Amino acid sequence: MNAEEDFFQVKNLRVHFPVRGGVFKKAIGACKAVDGVSFSISKGQTVGLVGESGCGKSTLAKSIVQLVKPTAGELFFKGRLLVPGEGLTEYRKSVQMVFQDPAESLNSRMTVGAMVQEPMDIHRIGDKGSRLKRVERLLEQVGLPASSARRYPFEFSGGQRQRIGIARALALNPEFLVLDEPVSALDVSVQSQVLNLLMSLQQDLGLSYLLIAHDLAVVKHISDIIAVMYLGKMVEMGPSSEIYSNPKHAYTQALLSAIPIPDPSLKREKLIIPGDIPSPINPPEGCAYGHRVSATNYQESIQAESVWKKVGVDHWVLECPCCVSPL
Amino acid sequence: MKDQIAKPLLSVTDLSVSFSTDEGEVTALDRVDFDVFSGKTVGLVGESGCGKSVTAYSIMRLLPKPMGKVISGKVNFNGIDLLNLSPEKMREVRGNQIGMIFQEPMNALNPVQKIGAQLSEVFNIHKNITDHQAWLNSIQMLDAVGIPSPENRVHEYPHQLSGGMRQRVVIAMALACQPKLIIADEPTTALDVTVQAQILDLLKNLQKKSGSSILLITHDLGVIAETCDEVCVMYAGRIVEKGSTRKIFAQPKHSYTQDLLDSIPRLDGTPKKKLRTIEGIVPSLLDLNNGCRFGPRSGREHTEAQLSERSPMREVSEGHWVEACPVCVEL
Ligand SMILES: Nc1ncnc2c1ncn2[C@@H]1O[C@H](COP(=O)(O)OP(=O)(O)OP(=O)(O)O)[C@@H](O)[C@H]1O
Ligand SMILES: Nc1ncnc2c1ncn2[C@@H]1O[C@H](COP(=O)(O)OP(=O)(O)OP(=O)(O)O)[C@@H](O)[C@H]1O
Ligand SMILES: [Mg+2]
Ligand SMILES: [Mg+2]
Repeated sequence: MNAEEDFFQVKNLRVHFPVRGGVFKKAIGACKAVDGVSFSISKGQTVGLVGESGCGKSTLAKSIVQLVKPTAGELFFKGRLLVPGEGLTEYRKSVQMVFQDPAESLNSRMTVGAMVQEPMDIHRIGDKGSRLKRVERLLEQVGLPASSARRYPFEFSGGQRQRIGIARALALNPEFLVLDEPVSALDVSVQSQVLNLLMSLQQDLGLSYLLIAHDLAVVKHISDIIAVMYLGKMVEMGPSSEIYSNPKHAYTQALLSAIPIPDPSLKREKLIIPGDIPSPINPPEGCAYGHRVSATNYQESIQAESVWKKVGVDHWVLECPCCVSPL
Repeated sequence: MKDQIAKPLLSVTDLSVSFSTDEGEVTALDRVDFDVFSGKTVGLVGESGCGKSVTAYSIMRLLPKPMGKVISGKVNFNGIDLLNLSPEKMREVRGNQIGMIFQEPMNALNPVQKIGAQLSEVFNIHKNITDHQAWLNSIQMLDAVGIPSPENRVHEYPHQLSGGMRQRVVIAMALACQPKLIIADEPTTALDVTVQAQILDLLKNLQKKSGSSILLITHDLGVIAETCDEVCVMYAGRIVEKGSTRKIFAQPKHSYTQDLLDSIPRLDGTPKKKLRTIEGIVPSLLDLNNGCRFGPRSGREHTEAQLSERSPMREVSEGHWVEACPVCVEL
């Protein structure tokens, strides 16, 4: 994870939520939703982020677009450290988020046009006429008729609403889109429409993506790099073909094995992970995954320091005495 | 589906169901027809709104009243004509002979009642046993579905369990009386892939032990491929293609099935390749044509007659049936 030329970089990011209890609602602990995550994204690249529910994907995404305040860590955008108050407006324009449920993120009382235009209103870009023109262009860019601007979100299907969300995210000419489960709520026939749109927008506009999805086939299809999270930590990251063909961390291996493959002629033994996803409020000591599966060398992981180890070209794994075989 | 000599355990014949809505009467199921044989797993697959859950609810006689009603067809289960059974007899069949697992485990569980009490109730209703025995059975059942330290869990409430564990409890309830048929409506859709793998593995193992049949509803073709012997592909209230899972995946005949299979990204596919798409969206029940319903989205020219007259189901190879629209199916 090197270098200044990186387009976007996260260093040692932590987001801890206070857990309150008792009569006085005092903080009695912390939910370590994101607990020391580092990675980078190059210009025009897609990084796919995967991991079980609650492992901290959305929290990481929200902290990148500044919807959640990090507890610690640094963000670099085009080589510059982000400091509150300094040049943040530029950053907020350049980095936009698309949410999972289009219905939830769209305000049902606003027309589609007003919604797509809103970011330009907030940032006072252009005049009324040029904003209207741009709205029409944006709608066409995501494959909706310009006349959609006068209609309301509820008049559209799930896939169309997701397109509206994307048009809005594009309004300020961003360079980087954070996509949190953008196709999870969609039917497969419509999912492929939205994925194609995302791929073609990336080609035309040179966008970088951080894509969160729970469908690993979706992630693999459109990502250059796959990052795997487990309980607040990144455990493995590398080129998607590498992660898929040569996963190093036991959790990555189990996750890949769990994906149902639409080919009935394929017979394979699944690795079934026992137990439940642990809670980030009281995480076990040492390696959380090793603890869950009662790995043989789990005890050793309590003393071990976790460091990133390079295992291939751009392929990194969080070293672990119980979940990564020594190389 | 003719290779078995035995009679099917469940036979759904020409089932049509309608709902009365503010905008008028809509047909949610249009002559749905399939069989489930003993010990087999049959999948119902299709996009949102195609009628999978309505099929399950109709079989269980749980359609919302008075809006939903069966307008024609038969459901035969183990020699019993379910649609004409008295409500009391039907209650006996539910739970005792057919177990149902719902998509959202929270809806199936009572949030203010302990897990153990809910399970015991199932045993008490359907079997003539003492409360104490029911309680012991509950613990045993939780153990069978892989819940660790069940003797402690029986004292807990649903919200104290994770999503995966709740779904295990629902499965335990559905299986409590060793039903011959389990209807599972999206049993894993709300769960993580890793937990989904656990639950599907569990269902398969329990089925192996008890020899029961499963009707598995899902929109995930991967889940179908890995768990079902046979599959029915639904579109807009109809089964457009059905047969053995192997045949359907290897040689899909209906262009809807083909397009559906082609539009999912594959782990072994070429990265970043443009995916096949199906234009438009699933039609609304309010303006359904009677002919080929996939026609308007198929990207293939259909005549007026092909859109207005329904083609019959045709058997293209043994046990492999398809709605034989001459445009969407090459015969
Ligand atoms: N505002 C908050 N206050 C307290 N805890 C929070 C808050 N937001 C998230 N969390 C907790 O942080 C952890 C990570 O949540 P997050 O939503 O980031 O997970 P996720 O990986 O996106 O999961 P999913 O796949 O279910 O969307 C969870 O335990 C969650 O309960
Ligand atoms: N109570 C009702 N009143 C009117 N229409 C209904 C009612 N229940 C279901 N429908 C309609 O019947 C059709 C089939 O619904 P169903 O719930 O069976 O779909 P499904 O295939 O299970 O979809 P999903 O994958 O979203 O669960 C839908 O168009 C739905 O809107
Ligand atoms: Mg999330
Ligand atoms: Mg349903």
